[in-house]
Order: sequence, then C-alpha cells, then structure tokens
Amino acid sequence: MIEVADLHKAFGEVKAVDGVGFTARDGEITGLLGPNGAGKTTTLRMLYTLMKPDHGSVRVDGIDAVADPLAARRRLGVLPDARGLYTRLTARENIDYFASLHGLETKISQQRRDALVDALEMRDFLDRRTQGFSQGQRVKTAIARALIHDPHNVILDEPTNGLDVMATRGMRGFMRELRDSGHCVLFSSHIMQEVGLLCDRIVVIAAGRVVADESPQALREQTGQENLEDAFVSLIGSAEGLAA
Amino acid sequence: MNAIAAVFIKEIRENLRDKRTIMSALLYGPLIGPAMFVLMMFAISSQLGGARSPVDIPVIGANRAPTLVTELKQAGLVPQPSTASPMAMVESHMARVVLRIPSTYAAQWKAGRPATVELFYDSSQRGVQSTIARVKGMLEAWSRKQGALRLLARGISPTVITPLVIADRDQSTPMSRAGLFLAFMPYFFVIVLFTGGMYLANDLTAGERERQSLEPLFASPVARWRILLGKLGAVCVFALASLVICLVLTLVAARIVPMPALDIAVNLGVRFGALTLLLMLPLASLIAVVQTLVAAFAKSYREAQTYLQFMMIVLVIPSVVMSFMPMNVRDWVYLIPVMGQQIGITQLLGGAMPSGLEIVYCLAGSGVATLVAGVITVWVYRSERLAISA
Repeated sequence: MIEVADLHKAFGEVKAVDGVGFTARDGEITGLLGPNGAGKTTTLRMLYTLMKPDHGSVRVDGIDAVADPLAARRRLGVLPDARGLYTRLTARENIDYFASLHGLETKISQQRRDALVDALEMRDFLDRRTQGFSQGQRVKTAIARALIHDPHNVILDEPTNGLDVMATRGMRGFMRELRDSGHCVLFSSHIMQEVGLLCDRIVVIAAGRVVADESPQALREQTGQENLEDAFVSLIGSAEGLAA
Repeated sequence: MNAIAAVFIKEIRENLRDKRTIMSALLYGPLIGPAMFVLMMFAISSQLGGARSPVDIPVIGANRAPTLVTELKQAGLVPQPSTASPMAMVESHMARVVLRIPSTYAAQWKAGRPATVELFYDSSQRGVQSTIARVKGMLEAWSRKQGALRLLARGISPTVITPLVIADRDQSTPMSRAGLFLAFMPYFFVIVLFTGGMYLANDLTAGERERQSLEPLFASPVARWRILLGKLGAVCVFALASLVICLVLTLVAARIVPMPALDIAVNLGVRFGALTLLLMLPLASLIAVVQTLVAAFAKSYREAQTYLQFMMIVLVIPSVVMSFMPMNVRDWVYLIPVMGQQIGITQLLGGAMPSGLEIVYCLAGSGVATLVAGVITVWVYRSERLAISA
C-alpha cells in the first residue's frame, strides 16, 4: 500500500506538485491520470525517493519513505519514465544485474527471472544485447528488471507509452495479473481509455493538484457525464494534453 | 552478492565490451610511454654518434693557413669545397657552419698579432650548437698550442699563463645520467593513469545519466555511496591496468633496445616497476575520484569530456614547471599528489631510492586527498539533480 499526503515540490518558481494526496491500495490498480506536465512523473519520483518532497509524506507499506528511503525502495518495483537499459548487456544480464543489486541468491533470482520472462513473453530476445530493441522489448526488459525482487508495490510510469496494440494488450494483462495476486499497482498515463479500462481507482492530477480520486463509475456519476472522456474534460477544464 | 561488488563486476563486464574503451585504456594509451622511451634512446644514440663522426664543413681560404687546416683535419674536420658565399650557404641550409680564413690572416699571423678566423652559422638552427662547439674546440686547442710554443720560444714556461686548472669531478653515475634523459617518463606514467580511467569515469556517470540508466539504478534499494564505490573501483582497475601494461612494455623495451652509450645505464628492472606501481596506487584512486566528480557535474558525456581534457592539462602543470625551474626538493613536496609521485619516480629512474619517509609521505598525501575528494563526490552523488536525465 502506498499512502501519499499533501505532497509539494517546487523547482524554483514552478510549483510542479502542489498538494497531492491519495492512497494506492493492495489488490487494486490505481491510475494516475493527467495531461502532460501535470506533475505525474514528479509525484512518482518522490514516491520512489529519487526526489525529496518539499513538504508532505509518503508511506510505503507503512514505512516513511522520506525518513527511510532504502527500506521503502526495497518494497517498491519501479519502471521510471526513463527506461535506461544497458545497451552493451543482454536482456538477461540487465535483469541479473538488478537481482545482484538486491542481493538475491542465484537460485531464487533464476526462478523469479524465469517466471517474469514467461509472464512478459520475452524468451525470444532474452539473450540478445538490448541495443536496437523495439520499444516493447525495452519496456518488458525494464519491467522484468524492476520486479526481479518480487516487490509488493509496483510503480509504472507510462508503461504503455510507445507500445503497439499487441504489446499494449499484453502489458494490460500483465498488470491485471499483478493486481489479482494481491500487489499494489500504481501507474501513470495520459491515455483516458487505458485508465478507464484498467483502473479500480483513478486519481486525476492537473496543474500539480488532485482534482478527483474515485472509481471510474463514481467519476462518471460525480461529473454527471456518461462518457469518461467528457468526465475528464469537465474535471480538468480542458482536453489539452490528453489522448483518447 | 554485495551491491558494491555487483556494480563493480557489471561495469567491468560492460566496458570490456566497448571497443573504444579497450582501445584507449588498454592499447594505444599505454603504448605512448614505451614508444617515447624507445624514440628517446635512438635520439640519444644518434646524438652521441654525431659526436664521434667527422665534421664536414666548407672551409674558405684553406690555402691561406695550411698548417692550421692540416691540424684541424687531424682533429676530425673534413674541409668541404665552398660553392657560394658563406652567408648564402648558411642561409640556404647548404652548410650548417662555414669556416672562413680571411685574406688578412697571413699578415696578422706573421706580425704575431691575434689572427682572425670567421665562423658563419645560424644559432637558431636545431642541432647546430654541437657542431659549433666542436669546431671552436679544435680552433681553441690549436690556438693554445701555438701560444705555448711562442712562450717557449721566448724562454717562458707556458704554465705561467695557466694559473688555474679545473679538474672535473663529476659525481653522476651512468644511472643518474640516464635519469636526466628519462625525466619525461614519470609524466607519461601519470598521463597513462589519467587516460586509462577517463573513458570509464565519464561513461559511468555522465554517460549513464545521458542514457537515462541512472534513474532506474537509483530507484533500486542500494545506497548511492555503494553504487559510487563500485564504479570508482572499476575506474581504478582500468587505470591501473593501463599503467601496468605501460610499465611492462617499458621494462621490456629497456631490455631489448640497445643502450646508446657505455656511460649511460638505464635502471628499469622489476624493482623499479614495483615501486612505481606502489607510488602510483593512491594517485590512481585520487584521479578516479576527481574524474568521477568532474563527470558528475556535467550534463552530458561531451560536456564531461571537455572538462576532463582541461583537467589533464592542469595535471601536467607541476611537471612542466618542475622541468623548467629546478628546485631543491624538500620532504613535504612528496605530500603533494602528482608532484610527489613524479619526484619519487624520477629518483628511481636515476638509480636512487626514495627514503621510507618520502614513500610514506607520497602515499599519505595522495591518500588523504582521495578521501577528501571522495567525501565531496559522495555528497555530489546524493544530489537530486544527478539522477534526473535530460
């Protein structure tokens, strides 16, 4: 479970995140939706302790992420906006590197790697160097790398960004599997259909603030709009920066 | 596995797959030092060979001073025919030095007045000084001899005009003379250490940042100082590997290349190699830390490269200053990184052994500097800015 309260972060004069608070529960997929530049990535970066909030608190399974970032990161699997694979290493070596960073025993890390490789269908390119990988192969490798330590909480920053239809469907299936096995899944997106399809709960962010935190159904009711797209537009005030 | 070791092993493995790193760190980087050594040996050989070879210079008016010219021939001068005016020959590089015996010579000589002979040369020409010195030496020897004969003819002992005799008591040894020729070697050892780790230091910080792989790495539950230590270890290993290759090649070259002269002995054995490596150990870590620190400030690989190249120039300033301004070395100078190593290795090259205190100073000075730079780098590595790419 990830609990965020009253998060603030400014870069100079620009208030990137200005009072964001929400809870991402276990066994649920929570979607962070907002137009480009709404503060989604900055919020996520504070969750996985890459940045320190100016104000506010982040708790991961009850652990204060500001006070004990290492313990918080141990319970997190993170796919950052920057996938950043090592192009001179194979997909397998990329995954194994992170397993060794986590200090996993070889036997356990092999089991987990095999399971992830099957779930993400990456057998075919496992032993190829990641130089020249397609966007989908890159994301899969980065996710396998991020989840090799079997974290309870999974943060995915725009996981379907740049993927084709088949890869996107596969990714959604994978996220549902994670939820069904009791994980807390938090992902960000600027694609409304995706959020509407996948999420048990939607947190809408605009201009650094949370403007809605509901189930898709409740969201429709709250805004009085039948269509999710219209609901978002009425919440944010404009359709700018969103994609259907 | 320990996270530091995991980072270290991954960086070594990844960079062994990079041709550019391999070429610069393990191939042509370490070749410069030994190549310069071999060139230097050949240069000394040809210079010394020149000292024994005959002096071929045009002599104008040789028939005006037959005894002088005969004497000069015996001393090794081979008079060449002149083809133009002496000025023109020197100017057009047809001759480096021209000796002219003017028409006034015979009259002056007969009158017992100092007779003038003229030497034409261009002192700004490279390598001309040794020829000038040899011709002057021959002429002066003949002049002294004739002077002594004139005194004897007047019944005066020639010793009267030699109130002082300077006896040379050169305290140098064949090894220390070689040390003078090889004064440039320590400089190359430092450069090799620098270039050996440069690509890595840059790639592991500025490069990772540019390729956006620093963010996922920092999102893993490993303290940043551990990641930094693993990376520094990899940089050190490449820098030291570069130095070891350079040292081994130099030692091999010293055995194969014939020594230019009997009075020069190059002292490049295993003991020299081992002590040089010992003195360089703390410097390797210091350079790795400072390179990483510099790379951490840069936003891109290219920017870091610019800083690092500038840093390499700064690094050699002490040695350049030292070679222009010889100074009395005090013990505390050994505490200064780079300088301490250079002085120590220069001593070793000259066949001398730095004292225990000097070695301790050399190690401690660079060691403390490494710690200070290390603390600063850890601090910089903790900044938020570092992980955020682009």
